[in-house]
Amino acid sequence: MGRAVIINAIRFVLLIATQVFLLKNTGYYNLSVPYLYILFILLLPFNIPNGLLFLLAFVTGLTVDVFYDTLGLHALACSVMAFVRIIFISITVQRDGFDNEPEPRLGIMGFRWFVFYAIILAFFHHLVLFIFEAFRLSDLGHTLVRVVLSSLLSTFLILVTEFVFYRKKVR
Amino acid sequence: MRNLWLFISKYNAFFLLVIFFTTSLIMLVNNNSYQRASVWNSSNQFVGSAYEKMNEFSSYLVLGKTNDSLVAENARLRNLLKSSFYSDSIKRVTVNDTLLKQQYTYTVAKVINNSIHQKNNYITINRGKKHGIEKGMGVTSATGVVGIVLNVSDNFSTIRSLLHTETKVSASVNGNIGSLVWGEGNFDARYATLKDIQGHLVVKKGSRVITSEFSLFPQGTNIGVVSKTGLKGTESALNIEVKLDTDFSALHYVYVINNVLSREQLSLEALNKAE
Repeated sequence: MGRAVIINAIRFVLLIATQVFLLKNTGYYNLSVPYLYILFILLLPFNIPNGLLFLLAFVTGLTVDVFYDTLGLHALACSVMAFVRIIFISITVQRDGFDNEPEPRLGIMGFRWFVFYAIILAFFHHLVLFIFEAFRLSDLGHTLVRVVLSSLLSTFLILVTEFVFYRKKVR
Repeated sequence: MRNLWLFISKYNAFFLLVIFFTTSLIMLVNNNSYQRASVWNSSNQFVGSAYEKMNEFSSYLVLGKTNDSLVAENARLRNLLKSSFYSDSIKRVTVNDTLLKQQYTYTVAKVINNSIHQKNNYITINRGKKHGIEKGMGVTSATGVVGIVLNVSDNFSTIRSLLHTETKVSASVNGNIGSLVWGEGNFDARYATLKDIQGHLVVKKGSRVITSEFSLFPQGTNIGVVSKTGLKGTESALNIEVKLDTDFSALHYVYVINNVLSREQLSLEALNKAE
């Protein structure tokens, strides 16, 4: 338990730092903008209580918001993403599997499941994020293009990161 | 009460979502000026579009009245237009040179009536006696010779255009002097005929035709370019077709040339006849 907290704390700091110091300055013509920090919420343990999950997601979003000067925007997107995560996991993962598979990692859950998981969560996060950033429906087409392209880029970055820190399933 | 708690705890994810979503949204709207402005504007959009629809309908009822008022407004504005006034100011280009005495002065005039399709064409300009225009003065455009002043009233003058059967301009090509006429078997506004060039002289196509020193225009004023030679004429002289430099169909501003010395010249020449 204590170890999980420390690992997640380190991961939180590293991901947020990467996001706000490096990835904030990257992107493809403002059409495709990567948001790698959602990986932190993706990788929280399976058995985390819903309330704590929401709280952590909210705090993560808020931290990013502070750096991006968009107070509430990323918090909003992360809250929605936490909800999607709960639904997704309750549909695809058996409840009794939680004990021996503590975290939804690439090495543990398999490539296909993880890609699906990352793409769905990234999509919903970006959907909420960009729609509330635009805050109007007039150029919805442009917003949706941004959502799709950014989701793909974020998912790609998440997969790359996961491959770099790949851990073989330990039995 | 207990069932309510059970219900809430069963679907706690959803209620947590509502709580955090609302919190974030409130933060978002309160702390970001763009989103705050959008919220108020979008709520105003409903009211605004309702008013707009209503106004669109009611405006049909007063179309006639609106039209009348617009027509009246148009008439009032037309009266204020610059083109409804007669411009009385003139520009005359005079250079005061102590070494060379000025012989020609130019007065700018605007063409207000013009014809090119008649056998005898006339041009009317908005300058007259008041502005120093006199009968017999030469008129040129920026590109070349236009005609000769025929009649003068206080504010207007008529010009016998180059496109007139009785207009004759003394012209020279390569130093050989001939007479430029129009309307002798040729009624095209773009071409004129150069007569009286001796038949043995070779005139090449493309040679420049300018006014001679015998004309009432300054010597060397452009007329046109030789376009066809060897047209049949009299025995000793062949006619030459000249493409005119001036586009008479698009004549807007002309210069009236005042030869300061012409009166002296004419009075001197008149003595010859008297004798």
